[in-house]
Amino acid sequence: MRKNYERSLRALQDEVLVMGSMVEKSILRSMEALKNRDLELARQIIAEDSAINQKRFDIEEQCVELIATQQPMAGDLRVIIAILNMVVDLERIGDHAEGVAKIAIMIGDEPPIKPLIDLPRMAEKASQMLREALDAFMRRDVVLAKKICDDDEEVDNLYNQVFRELLLIMAENPRTIGRATRLIWVAHNLERSADRITNICERVVFIATGHMEDIGASKY
Amino acid sequence: MAGSNIKSRYLTQKTAMVLLVTATLLVVVPIILIIIYMIANGYSALSWDFLTQPPAQAGKAGGILPAIIGTIYLMLGTIIFALPVGVTAGIYLSEYARNNWVTRLVNMAIINLAGVPSIVFGLFGLGVFVMTLNLGMSLIAASLTLAAQALAMTITTSREAITAVPKEYREGSLAIGVSRWQTIRYVVLPQASPGILTGAILAMSRAAGETAPIIVVGAAFLVGGLPGSPFDRFMALPYHLYTVSAHIPGMPADIKWGVALVLIAMVLFFNILVTLVRFKSRKR
Amino acid sequence: MNIADLVNSNSAGLPASSTTPGGKLRLEGVNLYYGSFRAVKDISLDIATCSITAIIGPSGCGKSSMLRLFNRMNDLIPSARVEGLVEFDGVDIYQPGVDVVELRKRVGMVFQKPNPFPMSIYDNVAFGPRRHGIRNRRALDEIVEKSLGQAALWDEVKDKLDQSGLSISGGQQQRLCIARVLAVEPEVILMDEPCSALDPIATLKIEDLMRTLASTYTIVIVTHNMQQAARVSDMTAFLMVDEDRAGTLVEYGVTSEIFTNPKNQKTEDYITGRFG
Repeated sequence: MRKNYERSLRALQDEVLVMGSMVEKSILRSMEALKNRDLELARQIIAEDSAINQKRFDIEEQCVELIATQQPMAGDLRVIIAILNMVVDLERIGDHAEGVAKIAIMIGDEPPIKPLIDLPRMAEKASQMLREALDAFMRRDVVLAKKICDDDEEVDNLYNQVFRELLLIMAENPRTIGRATRLIWVAHNLERSADRITNICERVVFIATGHMEDIGASKY
Repeated sequence: MAGSNIKSRYLTQKTAMVLLVTATLLVVVPIILIIIYMIANGYSALSWDFLTQPPAQAGKAGGILPAIIGTIYLMLGTIIFALPVGVTAGIYLSEYARNNWVTRLVNMAIINLAGVPSIVFGLFGLGVFVMTLNLGMSLIAASLTLAAQALAMTITTSREAITAVPKEYREGSLAIGVSRWQTIRYVVLPQASPGILTGAILAMSRAAGETAPIIVVGAAFLVGGLPGSPFDRFMALPYHLYTVSAHIPGMPADIKWGVALVLIAMVLFFNILVTLVRFKSRKR
Repeated sequence: MNIADLVNSNSAGLPASSTTPGGKLRLEGVNLYYGSFRAVKDISLDIATCSITAIIGPSGCGKSSMLRLFNRMNDLIPSARVEGLVEFDGVDIYQPGVDVVELRKRVGMVFQKPNPFPMSIYDNVAFGPRRHGIRNRRALDEIVEKSLGQAALWDEVKDKLDQSGLSISGGQQQRLCIARVLAVEPEVILMDEPCSALDPIATLKIEDLMRTLASTYTIVIVTHNMQQAARVSDMTAFLMVDEDRAGTLVEYGVTSEIFTNPKNQKTEDYITGRFG
């Protein structure tokens, strides 16, 4: 029964996965542009962000239309509401990746103050978390979703580490402050991205259980 | 082919139409002819005196007032006895009786009652009312006899009229805490009354025309005056008609037709009344 | 509920006022048979005072039969037989000695197809009070105005009270039937698919009316319209037939929970239209 409706629901969820993979690529490529000083790549990422934004609006419109025309209930309703929230988080992560690309352009070809090790690790971790979150969404896997939230701690730790290292560098050599600050911004963007991904995981749990829980509370 | 199909269909329609109209005419025309014949032959006998004077010269002159009055009394008597019993039985059968073999037996008995020949009712009346209950040959005995005959119709029409009341009305009443009997009295009966009334009027109209039973039970040809009490003998139009038609030598023809005309007029009047009641009730 | 309460109550065998906390109506292990066919199987639930409870489920699952347990309208069907406990204000209404007429005054019913009597609007509303003994014209006038007002119909018909109850629109007729029930001052109003014969606007008017009435009366509504159940009710009961075509209670809970996060997969399937 309701074949059209089922098809629309599935198509909607597929669209979310597509948007998710677009964002995941942005995270990795923006870090690549930063590492390799690839300004052309950076500009590309900034241009492609508008496609991500548009995707979000498209998905939101589809959600509204489904609600108005199909009166979804129970599990279906939770999925659609969750998707409405998830695409906002995804779009913000896309903006954070765009932010990293912008910083790459700002740095330009200034001499590096230290080799980039932890920052790419943060990007790797964030993109892995996003991949797994999308997987958990597809399979409604609550256990996986909760584990991803635990992984956020790793990103937070890396952030603190980067922050401390750069503080030291700035303290020793005031002429590095400009470049170091920009690198802190990059770390901040990645840390916020990971937080957003935990939001996405909370939505996945909501779909499966019907309850909104605050997972991975801050340790402060 | 399409063309011949249409043509043959048209022909069939036309033929059917013709047959149906003919059948209707076959029914209506004789009745009209009879009425016209009666009016033609009996018209001359009708006069104010005819309708208001008692008969003279063994009915060859004068009027038929006692017969008219007697018939009216008979009709009233019939309905006074038949209607209450009929309605009560109708209420019981449609509202209270369970659908078991006893009820089925009762309903079957009623159907059979309707088919009993009227002369048999007359004998029944003679045996029970005239003799056993010692009412004598009287108006009351005749009324009871005709009432017994009318029972089948009054019970049936009452039962049908009450059953025809939609159950939604009953449910609506019961569902607000109104008792069964109050529902019947204030919702069902008012709604069924046109049907019940129709049955009563038809029963009365039939009683007006009964001849055989009333002969056996009390009708007389010539009685001194109008019946003073229910226990008196009485005259009635059907019996008067029978007697003047066959048993009085030298009876002028127009008087015979005149009596028949009056009788038919009465019956027609009541049937028209029934139609009016039905029409009025359908309007609301 | 003990013998003393029964004896001290009015002649109806019902308590004079509600002394039971919480449950206004209660079913416990109730089975309803029509002859040898079991229409309703092992149903237990509690209905709280001044709430709206919706009963939903696919057609033929025994919803109406279950509703009619509460005012013993099933008694009208000769082959109907009830097992188990049906309580109103804590009293078993199927025990011998219960005055069914009094019960139906306190537990009124509105039907699927509006069924005003073929009388004037005034007489329709005054019918119940008149049969219960009220003759005073002024008292009846007050009751008619109050009931029609509660049914949100007064303004529309106050100038044509002597017109036939059948002369108004379907939605108005249904509100007239509601007014007729309100006129006898019940405590519970049972509604058997009250809006299914009405247009959407009339339906919404009656839904608004229900919410207003719920502050004074306990309402139980059978509906095949899930959105209506979701809009209007506080609690929802979902019935379904099992293999023997007997209606069983699959889930009963707070309406917002049932429609956002039902516990039973069958409920979820029905609500999302995956089967129906």
